[in-house]
Amino acid sequence: MKKLLNTLYVTSQGTYLSKDGECVVVRTEDGEKHRFPVHVLDGIVCFGNVLCSPFLLGHCGEAGLAVSFLTERGRFLAGVRGPQSGNVLLRRAQYRLADDPVESARLARAVIAAKVANSRAVLRRCLRDHGDRVHAAAIGRAVSVLDDCAGRLRMPVDMDEARGMEGRAAAAYFEVFGHMILAEDPAFAFGGRNRRPPLDAVNCLLSFVYTLLAHDVRSALEAVGIDPQVGFLHRDRPGRPGLALDLMEEFRPFLADRLVLSLINRAEVRGRGFVRKESGAVFMDDDTRKVVLTAWQKRKQDEVMHPYLKERLPLGLAFHIQARLMARAVRGDLDGYPPFFWK
Amino acid sequence: MDQTLPLSALQHYLYCPRQCALIHVEKVWEENRFTAEGRLLHLRADSGATGRRGGIAEDRSVPLRSDRLGLYGVADVVELRPGPDGRERPYPVEYKRGSPKVEDWDRVQLCAQAMCLEEMLGVTIPEGAIFYGKPRRRERVVFEKVLRVLVEKACGDMHAMIEGGEVPPAEVGKRCRGCSLAGACMPGASARVESYLLKGLE
Ligand code: SF4
Repeated sequence: MKKLLNTLYVTSQGTYLSKDGECVVVRTEDGEKHRFPVHVLDGIVCFGNVLCSPFLLGHCGEAGLAVSFLTERGRFLAGVRGPQSGNVLLRRAQYRLADDPVESARLARAVIAAKVANSRAVLRRCLRDHGDRVHAAAIGRAVSVLDDCAGRLRMPVDMDEARGMEGRAAAAYFEVFGHMILAEDPAFAFGGRNRRPPLDAVNCLLSFVYTLLAHDVRSALEAVGIDPQVGFLHRDRPGRPGLALDLMEEFRPFLADRLVLSLINRAEVRGRGFVRKESGAVFMDDDTRKVVLTAWQKRKQDEVMHPYLKERLPLGLAFHIQARLMARAVRGDLDGYPPFFWK
Repeated sequence: MDQTLPLSALQHYLYCPRQCALIHVEKVWEENRFTAEGRLLHLRADSGATGRRGGIAEDRSVPLRSDRLGLYGVADVVELRPGPDGRERPYPVEYKRGSPKVEDWDRVQLCAQAMCLEEMLGVTIPEGAIFYGKPRRRERVVFEKVLRVLVEKACGDMHAMIEGGEVPPAEVGKRCRGCSLAGACMPGASARVESYLLKGLE
């Protein structure tokens, strides 16, 4: 079994990364130096003005490490990938499937099924743990909408229906998402999902954690040689990682959303850790970003039982497993794509 | 044959055709302790170009190739031993970390090396040896007809599989436990997806 390795997140501006033997050397602007052996890492994510020597990039490529460059606030800019990834036969099979409406709908249904089931599981878990502190009736209503969607997804659906179900489930879920926030701080009031730019602290956290998730999912897809751009549910749009977005759906509720909720509810992030710009856009400060990165990294180490393979594994490996299962489904080795159902 | 494959592919193919396909069709590669140690052992064998050992001349890291078998690779050591006609004859020696196996894999691979050398040099090579690290022992291998037929057949089947872009399904067995690609192979992934989906949607 593949090992879960660490991702190196570099947020200090002006940092320079270089290669020394088998190590990444991280030199911050004030001259501080850290070293990390390449073999304990599975990726490097650079935020903002972080420089990498070409030799380090080449070495990472060879070792199968994904290096990503994001803006300081977490928007994806560019990625450097080594020469190994990319199996042309697998990609061809993927493109053929993506061109086939029936097959695409089949895969989209599996992806949506897990998103619906996992969103519902998050709401149910909240009712179980905090039933007395939340608006249980409203959450209960959302659960029944999701029940209904789940019921309909038990039958094959076409692409329009799959998308319709996705929209309905997401609307019901985000309508009550704010009820799961137990913090009194008005900075964490949630009025619905918005992005680019996020207009409140909760959306700012959600967007940032989704970016981290996207990076990991995308690297996992690239590592198995499948094209992260060409999705089934998310159709092609230049620059959009369609398949990465597809594969993210199942992880959003229980991995990303619950992480945001627990950061807020356990007061690990505070309202004062967010800045509002003139435009209304809200950004988190450096300390808050570090708290989120650490929590993300820690969450990936939690062990879970893989519902399909019936093996225990750290959550962070689930991206790789799902990417492989997707490749399996694309090649027709499996009779469909088995998504990750969270219980 | 469209392409030549490394000799190690043959070794993988004999161990498990799916393993070979995962590496050469799907291009997965996962290093584990065994492959890492294997590489170190090879590095040691690589440490010089030519030399003598106990009066026998030897070449180390000898490049190999056979168009007929569609193979290329490197022999750890090729000793030059005097033949019956007094001329020097190549004698391939392969270094293995583990212990001798009941199966024929190592012998087939060594025989394939010999067949490459034969094609390159236009000679006949009747035998070679495998050095096992555990226990530290040399084993003689005679390149008899049956072994040569096995090499030809395995090469043909392997090339057909890889050129067809085919990845055979997992045949779960004892060898999966020692398989460095089990993580990528997921031999356990065979349950019906539709019933799994229905259960998840309950
Ligand atoms: S896990 Fe088993 S079936 Fe899969 S490649 Fe290894 S030996 Fe072959």
